[in-house]
Amino acid sequence: MPEFRETTLSNGLRVAAEIDSRGYSAAFGYFVRAGSRNETDPQSGLSHFLEHMMFKGTATRTAADVNRQLDELGGQGNAYTTEEQTVYYATVLPKFQDRLIDLLTDMLSPALSDEDFETERNVILEEIAKYEDQPPFGAFERSMEIHYGPRGLGRRVLGTAESIREMTASRMRDYFLRMYRPDNLVLAASGNLDFDGLISQLEKQTAHWGERHLAVSNASAVDDASALPPGISLDQRLVVPEINQSYLVRISNGPSESSTDRYAARVLASIIGDEGGSRMFWDLIDTGRAEVATIWPHEFTDCGAWFTYLVCSPQDLHANRNLVDKIFEDIVNHGVTDEELTQTINKASAGIIMQSERPSNRLFGLGSRWLTSGKYLSTDDKLDRIKSISVDDVSNAAKDYFSDASYHEVVASKE
Amino acid sequence: MTILVQPMPWLRTAAFSLALRAGVDVESTSVSGLSGLVCEMVQRGAGSHSSRELVSIQDNLGMDRSSGVSTSTSNFGASMPAESLRKAIALYAEIVQNPHLPEEQLEDARLMSLQEIRANEDEPTHRVMQRLRQMHYGPVLGRSTHGTQDGIQSIKQSDVRSFFESYYQAAGSILAVAGNVDVDQVYQWVEESFGQWKTQPLSEIAAASGETGYEHLTSGSSQTHIGFSFDTIPYGHPEYFKMRAGIGILSDGMSSRLFDRVREQQGLCYTVTASCHSLKQHAGVFGYAGTTPERAQQTLDVTLDEVNHLTQGLTTAELERWQIRIQSLLIMEQESSASRASSIASDFYQVGRPITTQELESAIESLTVDQVRDYWLNHPPGDYRIVTLGPNRLSTPQDLK
Repeated sequence: MPEFRETTLSNGLRVAAEIDSRGYSAAFGYFVRAGSRNETDPQSGLSHFLEHMMFKGTATRTAADVNRQLDELGGQGNAYTTEEQTVYYATVLPKFQDRLIDLLTDMLSPALSDEDFETERNVILEEIAKYEDQPPFGAFERSMEIHYGPRGLGRRVLGTAESIREMTASRMRDYFLRMYRPDNLVLAASGNLDFDGLISQLEKQTAHWGERHLAVSNASAVDDASALPPGISLDQRLVVPEINQSYLVRISNGPSESSTDRYAARVLASIIGDEGGSRMFWDLIDTGRAEVATIWPHEFTDCGAWFTYLVCSPQDLHANRNLVDKIFEDIVNHGVTDEELTQTINKASAGIIMQSERPSNRLFGLGSRWLTSGKYLSTDDKLDRIKSISVDDVSNAAKDYFSDASYHEVVASKE
Repeated sequence: MTILVQPMPWLRTAAFSLALRAGVDVESTSVSGLSGLVCEMVQRGAGSHSSRELVSIQDNLGMDRSSGVSTSTSNFGASMPAESLRKAIALYAEIVQNPHLPEEQLEDARLMSLQEIRANEDEPTHRVMQRLRQMHYGPVLGRSTHGTQDGIQSIKQSDVRSFFESYYQAAGSILAVAGNVDVDQVYQWVEESFGQWKTQPLSEIAAASGETGYEHLTSGSSQTHIGFSFDTIPYGHPEYFKMRAGIGILSDGMSSRLFDRVREQQGLCYTVTASCHSLKQHAGVFGYAGTTPERAQQTLDVTLDEVNHLTQGLTTAELERWQIRIQSLLIMEQESSASRASSIASDFYQVGRPITTQELESAIESLTVDQVRDYWLNHPPGDYRIVTLGPNRLSTPQDLK
């Protein structure tokens, strides 16, 4: 069985590891509590912009050195930013542990030069343009903006073209010092790794991180809540002239990371909207009425959301929406069956086991949970929780979340 | 039927990958999309099980499953806890040998296929790369695996039945199994389930008939989407890895030339890639870049310039980075039965024999930078096919008139 170990370094950096010496690889990642919800209007898009800048070099490495050395370790690595976190990670063969940690840790003291900032601004603008061309054409971001308001959790991770054009390198440096303090980070590791070696290396290499909070200037300005941030609109319809399908996103309140019914909610999501064998599958997908019809809960630290996602031809949207509502109504009134529950638990349990085989898969849950709650869940803990769910748990979750019709909806279509 | 089994006793899972010689290349043009529709129809009830029963059994076995068609094959696969494998093999034997092909569900399956076609049309990258594939391989081998609206609309129940009867058969099919399994036991299970499957002669594989040229699709998209391709050698060719290493140096990893020189140094785009794609006897290098219209011409020029000058300044360090990357991937493949089963099946289809991880490792390890340079000096990129989608047409190299 894998062994769990954790510690907090003298500078406040927390480390959590799930060690399994049978593995072929080891995965490592820095999890930073810096996401779009932490930003103000003038900082909109900064967490993500910073994520790009971490690959642009340090005091001792050029940008080319960083990218070259990552490749020299054969690492399958990358980074991503969400509403609540920025994550830098890589999976390598165990023999490369020391070199990878040296590199990842150094990357988190970025040079943030003006010249690189200007070049990377273009890459970010290209990334924004890329997503404008892709389904569902901004409907997810818009649904969050309407549901949570355009700030906090509703703030777009990439920012807007307007906010990125106005961004300055000095604002970024300030944000970096504020957010990348050691007590705001977790280093997580999973797989075949040397924990003691990891800790002693990190103690030395991150000693100077403790000075960051001293360097932060005054507190952030407060946004003017009476005005929309630049580049934001709250229309529920997104018109994309050339598209064939209609894309509907519905958002309502769901379980948070600490809600006791979050496992019941996941089972409920599978029974209603799983891609094969769910109620939505049989009514809408198997019949060819829709291309996509699914739901899922998205857990944030202190709250959560249910997303319903429907893709079909524009003329069928109204009828399909009624079918979706009917599915919600049925499950609220009549609950779920024993057979549905058993089938879902069997499928989910196998999924957990299969997922756990790769250290890289285990890393994200481990790091993210340790950052937000300081809790660890082993594969067996997860299996126990899924297997203990009862028909009543799921039926009650359905009543709690889908009885009233308070939700927001966004549709992207050609007219 | 070929059975290939790799025991991976350190895992808790097992996976299979079943490939039948029933791809889009054997469809007639008037029913383009038929192989995909048949792949869907066979899963709507088989043996003594209805469509819903099949799904329920698969879920209860904990199977994470996939299915789909490619140019020359129809593919079914799943990974699962190892103890489910025997029942899973028996179930898929029913699906490919004794499906109900329920006529009353043909309309539903047809609508499903049409949904996919419409959705793909909403993805500009997909449109560009699909059109490029047609130009590259020609009308038969370059066919969309999703078919065409007209083709899907024309399919009758008799077409479904006749495609099934002609192409769902033992000859040419490959079943690869990997995971925590006993080889002899797997052979025995497969014999029990597939032993009586009919065998018919295989049809010839069509020849590629692509053409060079440039095509622009006008669109009001935010970015200009650029696709390009040129001919290369397929996987299994004796010189394949010399060629592949060159493309790796160009595009694999964050220090690769395209990522470093087009994106990192110049900030021209977010995505820029090139990769190798192999059919049985033909192959291509396919590239893509997406960028806003005002930077599109420069992006195309700079990207093709990098491709054309691949042999300039090639270093041992570049090759070594690519070698370490592939070695790491091969070692990490040992952590996943699904990924191993799928590699075993596709290797066998391409090369006609199984290729062990050790064999691949030594082929890659023994490459030298001189071999890579010589290969590309003797086979320089050229005869480009280019497709763009966006507000404006671009200028392309002289030879594309």
